[in-house]
Amino acid sequence: MLKLDTPPHGAHRVDHLLIAEMVEPGSRVLDVGCGDGELLQLLAETKSVDGRGVELSRDRVNACVTRGLSVIQGDADVDLDDYPDQAFDYAILSLTIQATRYPKKVLENLLRIGRQAIVSFPNFGHWRIRTQLLFNGRMPETQNLPEPWYTSPDSHLCTIRDFADLVALVDADVEAAVAFNTSGRRLPIRRSISLQNLFGEKAVFVLRKRHGA
Amino acid sequence: MNTVAVKSFDSSTNVRIAEANNPSSTFVRFPDSEPLRLACDQLLAPISIAYQTYGELNADKSNAILICHALTGDQYVASEHPVTKKLGWWETLVGPGKPIDTNRFFVICPNILGGCMGSTGPASIDPKTERPYALNFPVITIGDMVSAQVRLIDHLGIDQLFCVVGGSMGGMQVLEWASSHTERVYSAVPIATAAWHSSQNIAFHEVGRQAVMADPDWCAGDYHSHQKVPRNGLAVARMAAHITYLSEEALHSRFGRSLQGGSELTFSFNADFQVESYLRHQGSTFVDRFDPNSYLYITRAMDYFDLAAEHGDVLANAFRGTKTRYLVVSFTSDWLYPTRGSREIVQALNAVAANVSFVEIETNSGHDSFLLEEPEFFSTMRGFLNAAGVKRGLKE
Repeated sequence: MLKLDTPPHGAHRVDHLLIAEMVEPGSRVLDVGCGDGELLQLLAETKSVDGRGVELSRDRVNACVTRGLSVIQGDADVDLDDYPDQAFDYAILSLTIQATRYPKKVLENLLRIGRQAIVSFPNFGHWRIRTQLLFNGRMPETQNLPEPWYTSPDSHLCTIRDFADLVALVDADVEAAVAFNTSGRRLPIRRSISLQNLFGEKAVFVLRKRHGA
Repeated sequence: MNTVAVKSFDSSTNVRIAEANNPSSTFVRFPDSEPLRLACDQLLAPISIAYQTYGELNADKSNAILICHALTGDQYVASEHPVTKKLGWWETLVGPGKPIDTNRFFVICPNILGGCMGSTGPASIDPKTERPYALNFPVITIGDMVSAQVRLIDHLGIDQLFCVVGGSMGGMQVLEWASSHTERVYSAVPIATAAWHSSQNIAFHEVGRQAVMADPDWCAGDYHSHQKVPRNGLAVARMAAHITYLSEEALHSRFGRSLQGGSELTFSFNADFQVESYLRHQGSTFVDRFDPNSYLYITRAMDYFDLAAEHGDVLANAFRGTKTRYLVVSFTSDWLYPTRGSREIVQALNAVAANVSFVEIETNSGHDSFLLEEPEFFSTMRGFLNAAGVKRGLKE
C-alpha cells in the first residue's frame, strides 16, 4: 500500500517524488516524454532502475545522453508501437498525455508495454482554471499551462474525471491515484473524486491492464 | 589541363604498395593452419591484421574500445598517416582527454580485411603465387571483416570489448559485431550508418567501380604486373563519392559558383570553377594512398550488407537477446545514410527492448559530419561512454 503523506519538496517535482516512491528498486522503466531526464536521473539515483527515455525535442535528448541517460529522440504518438508487450515494469508518461495527438492510443500502448502504467497530467478541472474561464471568459494560463492557447502544445487537456473515464474505456484498473494541490500537498483519490477534481492541480494515476480485457 | 592529373609511378605509390605488405603499424599474422571461412564459403589464409593501439589495457582487460574505420579509412585513427603524413582521421575525437579518452580507455583500430594498409587485401602478396592477389582475392563481406577483427581481439586476449565504435561502413561493422557477438560487446556506437545498403547507395558505388574498371590502366585488375595504376578511374570514383559525403548546402556555401584562378570563364573544359578544382584535388590525392582493387572489394562488401536479410527480413531478429548498450547517432544533413536508416536501427532495438540512446545531430556538413568536430556529437559520445564506463565499473 502506498504511503500518501506529503513529502518534503526539495528540488524535485512533487509528482516525480511520488513516482520515485512507488517504483520498485531495480525495475525496468520507460519514461515517455522524459524532458531533460530529471525523473530518470532521480529513479536511477534512488531506485537503481534500468531506465530508458523517449523525448520529442532533439536538444533535450542530446542533453539527456550527455548526462549519461539512455534516451532516444521519438514521438509518443508514433514510436511506442515498436516496443514489445510487457517489456518494462513501468511505462511512465509524465505531464505529457495532454500534448499527444492520440491520448487513448498512447495510453493503450503504455498499458501494453509496461506491466504498470504511471500517468501524470495537469488537471483542467482545478478551481483556478474553472474560475479563470468563468470570470475572464478566456483560456486559462497557469503554472502548469503557461502558454497561450495558440502556442501551447497541449491540445488534449482533460480533468481528473475525464481521465478516469478514459481509464475505464481502455479496460485498465486504477491501482493508485493521487492529486496534488497548488502547494504540492497530496490528495488521495478514492471513490469520490469531486473534491480532488476541484482542488487537484495535477494528478498521478497508476494503472494496470485489466486481466482478460 | 582538362583531365584529372596523371602521374607516373611516384614515391607515394611505392610507399603505399610497401605499406600494403609491410605496414608501419603493428600487425598479427594468422598462419595457413588458421584460415578464415568467408561468407562466400572460401577459406582465406594466411591473414594479416595491421592495427594501431592507444592507451593502456587495464588488468582485467575491460577498457578496450574497438574503432572500425570507414570505406577509405585506415588504422591511423589518431596518428600520422605513413603515406600522406596527415594527422589521424579521428584525431579530434580520440586521444588523452578527448571524448574517447585514451587516458581511460585502450583503443584498438585495425585496418579492415580487404584494406590496403597492411591487413590482407587485394594489394597483399598471395604467398602461393608471390604476386598481389588482385582479382584472385575473394569477394568479402562486412561479416568477414568482423570475423577477422574477432581473431585480433582473441589474439589480444580480450573477452569483451567495452565499446565498438564506427561511422559509415565502420557503423556497419559495429552493427555486425553487436548482432553476431553481443556477449563480447558491452556497448556499441553505430554512427551515420544503416543496417542495409539502399539501391541509391549501391548505384553510387557502381559508378565508382565502373570508373575504375573503365580505366585502361586497370588492366583487368592486374595493373600491378603492368607497373600501372588506374589513377584516372580511381580519381573519378573518388570525386563522385566525395559529392555524396557532402551536403548541397556545404558545397554551395564553400564554393558557390566561385571561379578558380581568375574571374573569367575560359570557354574550355579546364577547372574553371573552384568546386571542380577541389574535386580533382580530392581525386588525385586519394589515388596516392589507396589501392584501386581494394576500392572495388570494399564497396562491394558494403553493397552486400543487409543485416535484416540475414535475419529473415526482420531487423529486430538481428538483435534479439542483446545485452549491449547502444548509442545510435545520425546527422540531419547526411543524405547518404540519412536519419531514417538510423531510426530503423533504433526501432529494431526498441522491438527487443534493448538499451538504446539515439541522437540526431544538427549539422550542415553532410555525411562527413561524423569526421568533424561537432560539439553535440562529441558531448553525447562523451556522456554515453562515461555512463557506460561507470556501469562497467571502469575508473573515472
